Amino acid sequence: MHLKSRGETVFEGINSILLCGVIVICLLPLINIAAKSLSSESYVLAGEIFLWPKGFSLNAYDIVLGSRRFWDSFGNTLFITIFGTLINTMLTIFAGYALSRKRLRGQQLFMFLFIFAMLFNGGIIPTYLVVKGIGLLNTLWALVIPGLVAPFQMIIMRLYFYNIPDSMEESAKIDGASNFRILFRIMIPLSMPSIATISLFYAVEYWNSYFDALIYLTNHELFTLQIYLREIIINASSVDINNMELMMNTAQESVRGATVVAVTLPILLVYPFLQKHFVKGVMLGAVKQ
Amino acid sequence: MNHKDASMGPGKGTASGWRKAGKEMWADYQLYIMLLPALAVLIIFKYVPIYGALIAFKDYNLLDGVMGSKWVGLKHFQDLFQSEKFYSVFINTLLINLYKLVFQFPIPIILALMINEVRNVMFKRFSQSVTYLPHFLSWVVVSAIFANLLSPTDGIVNTVLGFFGIDPIMFMSDERFFRSVLVMSSAFRESGWSSIIYLAAIMAVDPQLYEAARMDGASKFRQIWHITLPGIRSVIVFVIMLRLGAALANDLEQVLMFYSPMVYSVGDVLGTYVYRIGLGQMKYSFSTAVNLFQSVIGLILVVIANAVSKKFGERGLW
Repeated sequence: MHLKSRGETVFEGINSILLCGVIVICLLPLINIAAKSLSSESYVLAGEIFLWPKGFSLNAYDIVLGSRRFWDSFGNTLFITIFGTLINTMLTIFAGYALSRKRLRGQQLFMFLFIFAMLFNGGIIPTYLVVKGIGLLNTLWALVIPGLVAPFQMIIMRLYFYNIPDSMEESAKIDGASNFRILFRIMIPLSMPSIATISLFYAVEYWNSYFDALIYLTNHELFTLQIYLREIIINASSVDINNMELMMNTAQESVRGATVVAVTLPILLVYPFLQKHFVKGVMLGAVKQ
Repeated sequence: MNHKDASMGPGKGTASGWRKAGKEMWADYQLYIMLLPALAVLIIFKYVPIYGALIAFKDYNLLDGVMGSKWVGLKHFQDLFQSEKFYSVFINTLLINLYKLVFQFPIPIILALMINEVRNVMFKRFSQSVTYLPHFLSWVVVSAIFANLLSPTDGIVNTVLGFFGIDPIMFMSDERFFRSVLVMSSAFRESGWSSIIYLAAIMAVDPQLYEAARMDGASKFRQIWHITLPGIRSVIVFVIMLRLGAALANDLEQVLMFYSPMVYSVGDVLGTYVYRIGLGQMKYSFSTAVNLFQSVIGLILVVIANAVSKKFGERGLW
C-alpha cells in the first residue's frame, strides 16, 4: 500500500461528497413521495412536506388498501409476475444451455434468429394481430407468452454456460448422464448468480408491465397494478371508495403517493435479496462479452 | 457479443458425414427439445409479426387477413412522406435521442469512475445499491415522481425556485422544458444501472498501469484520462452501438407516461405516434408503415455503427 498524497486525499474527499449528492438525488424523490403519503391534508396542500411527514395520517393507505380494484390488479400482477418469471427463466436456461453446446448443429442459424429478432421487429400492430389471432386478447397470458423470449438474456445465459469448463460435462457423460441431467445437476447449480440475475430482470419487467396490458386488455378485471396506478395518477377520484368522508379529508397528492408506495414496495423488497447475485451476474456477463 | 464460436461437425457434405451428423444429432436430441419452446415463441411472436409487417404494403382489412388484403404498393409510405405530422414526429424522435446521447450517455461513465474511486467498501456498496434502485421503478412510477417533484403548486423544484423569486413553471406541459424533463428522468432511472457495465470494465484494467503512472507523478485526473478511459473504450463503443439499435424505438413507454396534448409538438415520437394512429384510430396499415420505417432505420444505424467500429479496430456486435 502506498502512502496517499495530499492531492489524492482531497480528490477522494470531494469524490465522496459528490457521490453523496448523487445518492440524495436518487433517494429524495422517493422519500418525498412517501412523506406526502403519510401526511395529513392541510400540510400537503400547503406544500410543507419535504422529507418528513407532518400531521401523520394513514388515511391515504386506508383508501388505497381498502380498494377492491387495488387488490384485483395486485392479484393479476402477482399472477403474471410469478408465472412469467418461472416460465421465462426456464426457457432462457434451456435455450441458453442448448445453444452453448458446440456440438449443436444449426447453431449459427439459431443464433442468427435470436439476434436478428433483437435488432428488428415487425411492429406493434402485426404483433397485436398475432396475439389476437391466437386468441390471447383479454387474457393475462397475453402479458406472459409473447414476452417469453428475451434474446439478450438468453445470450448472457449462454455465455455463462459456455464458460463452464467442458471437463465438468465430460465426466458426467462418462457416467451416462443425459443432457437434461447434466443441465439440472451440474450446469444450473453452477450458474445460480446468473440465474438469479435473469429472474430478477424478468420479475421486475412483469411487475412493471404497462404497455402490453394497455394494448391487450380491455376487461377492467384483468388490469395490472401499473394500469391501476396510472389511472390514480391521472385522476385520483377513480379509486373506488366506500368511505366518502375519508376521501374528502385526504389530499389527492397523498392518495397518489400511497398508491406509488403500495405498487412499488413489493418489488423493492425482493431486490436486496437478489442484489448481491445480480451485481456478480451482470458483471460476468459484461466482462466476458 | 461473440457468437462466432459455432463449429460444425466433421465431414460436412459427404454421405458418411451426413449419417454421422444424424447420429450425433439423435444422441443429443434432448438439446433440440430444450431449444424448441424458445424457438417456437420466437417464431410465433417475433417472426410471424415480421411477416405480418407486409400489411404496410397492403390495405389491411380485418376480414381478409394479412394474406387476403389488397396490395397497394408504396401508397402508405408515400402518404407518410407527404405528411407534415410524420416529419415533426421523426424530428422529435431524432432530437430526443440526440439529447439523450449527448447529455445522458456520459453520466453512467462518470458515475462508474466516481464509485470506482471510493475506498470504503461499505460506502461503495451502499452507493451502488442506491443508484441502481431507480432502474427498478416503472415508468408509471417515475412519471408520478417527476410530476410530484415538478408540480407547480407544491413540488420541491418550484418551491426552491420560489425562494429565488421565480414564478412556478409547468415543467411537464411546457414545450420549452419537456425534452429536458425526458432526458433528466431517463438519466435518473438508468444512470446507476448503466454504470454497472463500465464498473466491470474498469475493474478489468491492469492495476500495474496505475502504479506506473503514479510513479511518474500522474494526478488522479491524468490517470483517469490516460489509463481508465482508454481501458474501457471498447465497452463504451459497444454500449453506443446497442443504443443506436434501439435509438428510434426505446422511448415509447416513457413518452407515453410523460406527454400530454399540450406538448405533442415537441414530445410526440414515432412509437407513441404508431400507437395512437394504429390502435387509437385503427389505421393498421399506415401505422405499420411508420413502424417499419422506424425498424429499418434502426437496423441501418446498427449495421453502420458496427462497420465503423470494426474499421477502428473495435470488436463489433457481430
